[in-house]
Amino acid sequence: MGEVFVELKGIKKAYEGVYALKGIDLALRKGEIHCLAGGNGCGKSTLIKTISGVHEPTAGEIYIDGQQMNHMKPLDAIEKGIQVIYQDFAVFPNLTVAENIALNTEIKDRTKVVSYKRMRELAGKAMAQIGADLNPDARLEDLSVAGKQMVALCRAIINNPKLLILDEPTTALTAKEVQKLWGVLRNLREQNIAILLVDHKFDEIRPLVDRLTILRNGEFVSSGLISEYGHVRFQKDMTGHDFSTEKYRPEPSDEPILSVEHISSKGNYEDISFALSKGDVLGITGLLGSGRNEIAEALFGLCPAESGKIVLHGKEVKLKSIKDAVKHEIGFVPEDRLTEGLFTALPITDNTVASSLKKYVRAFGLKSFEMGENTKTWMKRLGVVAVSKDVPVSSLSGGNAQKVVLGKWLNTNPKLLVLVGPSVGMDVGAKAEIHAILRDLAQTGVGVVMVTDDLSELVENCNRILIVKDHKIIKSSDNSLSKKEIEALLMGSDQKEEEA
Amino acid sequence: MNRTKSKAFFTSNTMILVYVILAFSVVVALRQPAFLSPATPINLCRAGLFTFCFALCEMLVMITGGIDVSFPAIGCVSMYVPMVLYDRGILPDNGLYFVLVALLCGLIFGLLNGVLVSYLRIPSLIATLATSSIASGFLAFAFGVKDLTAMPTAFTKIYEMNLVTYTDPASGLSYPLTVLIFVPVVLAVVMALILRYTMGGRGLYAMGGNLSAARIVGFPVRRLQFTTYIVSGLITSLTAVMYVILMHNASTTALMGNEMLVIAACVVGGCSLSGGKGTIGGVLLGTLLITLVQNHLNMLGIDTRWQTLAVGIVLLFGVLMTSLQAGRGKGRV
Ligand SMILES: Nc1ncnc2c1ncn2[C@@H]1O[C@H](COP(=O)(O)OP(=O)(O)OP(=O)(O)O)[C@@H](O)[C@H]1O
Ligand SMILES: [Mg+2]
Repeated sequence: MGEVFVELKGIKKAYEGVYALKGIDLALRKGEIHCLAGGNGCGKSTLIKTISGVHEPTAGEIYIDGQQMNHMKPLDAIEKGIQVIYQDFAVFPNLTVAENIALNTEIKDRTKVVSYKRMRELAGKAMAQIGADLNPDARLEDLSVAGKQMVALCRAIINNPKLLILDEPTTALTAKEVQKLWGVLRNLREQNIAILLVDHKFDEIRPLVDRLTILRNGEFVSSGLISEYGHVRFQKDMTGHDFSTEKYRPEPSDEPILSVEHISSKGNYEDISFALSKGDVLGITGLLGSGRNEIAEALFGLCPAESGKIVLHGKEVKLKSIKDAVKHEIGFVPEDRLTEGLFTALPITDNTVASSLKKYVRAFGLKSFEMGENTKTWMKRLGVVAVSKDVPVSSLSGGNAQKVVLGKWLNTNPKLLVLVGPSVGMDVGAKAEIHAILRDLAQTGVGVVMVTDDLSELVENCNRILIVKDHKIIKSSDNSLSKKEIEALLMGSDQKEEEA
Repeated sequence: MNRTKSKAFFTSNTMILVYVILAFSVVVALRQPAFLSPATPINLCRAGLFTFCFALCEMLVMITGGIDVSFPAIGCVSMYVPMVLYDRGILPDNGLYFVLVALLCGLIFGLLNGVLVSYLRIPSLIATLATSSIASGFLAFAFGVKDLTAMPTAFTKIYEMNLVTYTDPASGLSYPLTVLIFVPVVLAVVMALILRYTMGGRGLYAMGGNLSAARIVGFPVRRLQFTTYIVSGLITSLTAVMYVILMHNASTTALMGNEMLVIAACVVGGCSLSGGKGTIGGVLLGTLLITLVQNHLNMLGIDTRWQTLAVGIVLLFGVLMTSLQAGRGKGRV
């Protein structure tokens, strides 16, 4: 194993008196990929920010290359060769790929006059180094999430980092994009760079990382080589208790909730039919662009069916707009929750009741006590880690913010709940909690439809599965399928797509 | 590849703006052939001169992600204070002193904006509103409302210096184009170069696009913001001096109420209210459209009282255009 590059000893960090880190030790070695895992709000991002000099730790010591650092600022960390790719990538949407990659270097070199030619060259070199192929003149706002991430990576690489830190790099990536990223990281490890990665999906990190450190509630739990961990230990260390991964098998029921008959929307989905009875959790999966999201959106009036019919609780409903969907008490949790679902400057309470305000209206004003109580209940059920219900959502960790969005929709008491990627970015504990809630909802007669990429989530929680490809259902099953079989079905003509 | 590129060019916001300007001009010209006379561009230059200079200031601020509503008041202070000092014989009959006093006024209020926004972290709208109130309150309190017309002889000379003068053969009216037109031209060129080719200029765009990222990358965010407001104040006071020269008049409220017009010109010209966007060319086109609407609506037989409404509609059009474009980028709205 390589020599230690960064060492943390007894790091503590308090936000307004509340400790987010309670004495963490960590050693990062050159040529090693180290994974930091832990539940939402356990302090992973905070720890990263102390290494990168964004936050000064309340107590503890930081050594870089054996030298103790005091009052470290972001620029000090950068000069020491530490580069961070933040959860939101910190890129400039309005600037070009070349500028995004090169600006940092230009500032470091104290350039006064900008040369676009030089920036393009720098960007080209960085992209070649990690095998990215982007148009240097494209604006970042026009790129996919994976593209933005590649730009962030290039920007980091160009500074010849000795330590590269990635905060939850895979949350918004598809499985294929994750593989590509892993390839890039392996390549960087070869170049003797130390890599610290935040990720809490064990299956995903197992083939990549060398060493694992697990935190819980700001405390150090365990650390070791990845080979010392298995699923069970990983989950146990993350959450403090064991989880059974029992498959969801509701009592068969013939009380119909939703029936979708031959709906089509040109270019989005064709001839889709399925039915949902009381207790069912229906899962839809498919590759990106297969039309899986559009089918879910059809149920919320976002991508309305042009033909066919939808029957909800025995009555045919027309879902032409969001208004129609809301009228029929359908809830929808979108994929891009952080931007589509939250008022980040407002407190958790306001966000939780945002879609169900009607419940709280009285003659004069709102029933604020009940609003607070309901919010507290959801925070508890979903395990939202926050100082109180009155803090703004912007102070929450990424995963906790997502839980708030979910709480907002659950609080509307929907008859049908449609979720796209219900647990994206959540840790195992929160995931299990959400799955339990969805099962409960289904049992009490709420129709639950989820679109997910996470095959474990799919087979464990959905007793009915639809596999979508090229805008059609290619397989409809009552979950006798295994993950392997689903993968095979999905990949069937995948080769072709890749070439196109 | 090339096809899609050129298609993107022809449907870009800038080109849409060009089409709208052309369409408007054609309609006006059809109804009023006099529109095609050389007098029209000269008039437009004169009328658009101030709007354009102010729009340049506004653009700078908007690129950083802010908005400035204080320039009319700062402009009024910068023209009225030296005017009063000259009127009372405190300033000698020298244009240079006049300009220096004006610039000093612009500097002071630009500094105030800068401190409020970049060091006290007050949202720019509130901060500049406060500055605006302070500036106009100071004028009203100290000087009342008297219009002043006495000015240094140098100014009268500049007033008489024209690039070209067009005399309408039919009416015998003459239309002079002032040499001061060079001021916005030089300003625009210098600003365009700074914005595109200096790190500071790129920093303004960067911080408008993503403030925290700009900080992380290492841009001196506060200093850039601070500088922006100061530069904006200085350009404003320079514009105010040109106003005095060309209008032969200064009053404590001469420029008030211009902010809507100028913001409209910027927004129509592609500056984004959320920051990070804006080009000199776009702002020039935006100013042209607004000035056309303002000055030639009556040629279409529309009552001049509708002007404000028309500017409002143009502003709405500008905002819509950007949001539609953003929606198109996402694939679906
Ligand atoms: N700026 C802040 N002000 C106050 N509290 C904060 C701030 N940033 C983080 N916290 C709190 O510190 C704790 C740790 O947050 P952190 O973002 O480090 O979690 P995380 O491990 O990255 O979680 P996730 O997996 O959800 O991203 C949380 O309880 C969060 O609410
Ligand atoms: Mg985090």
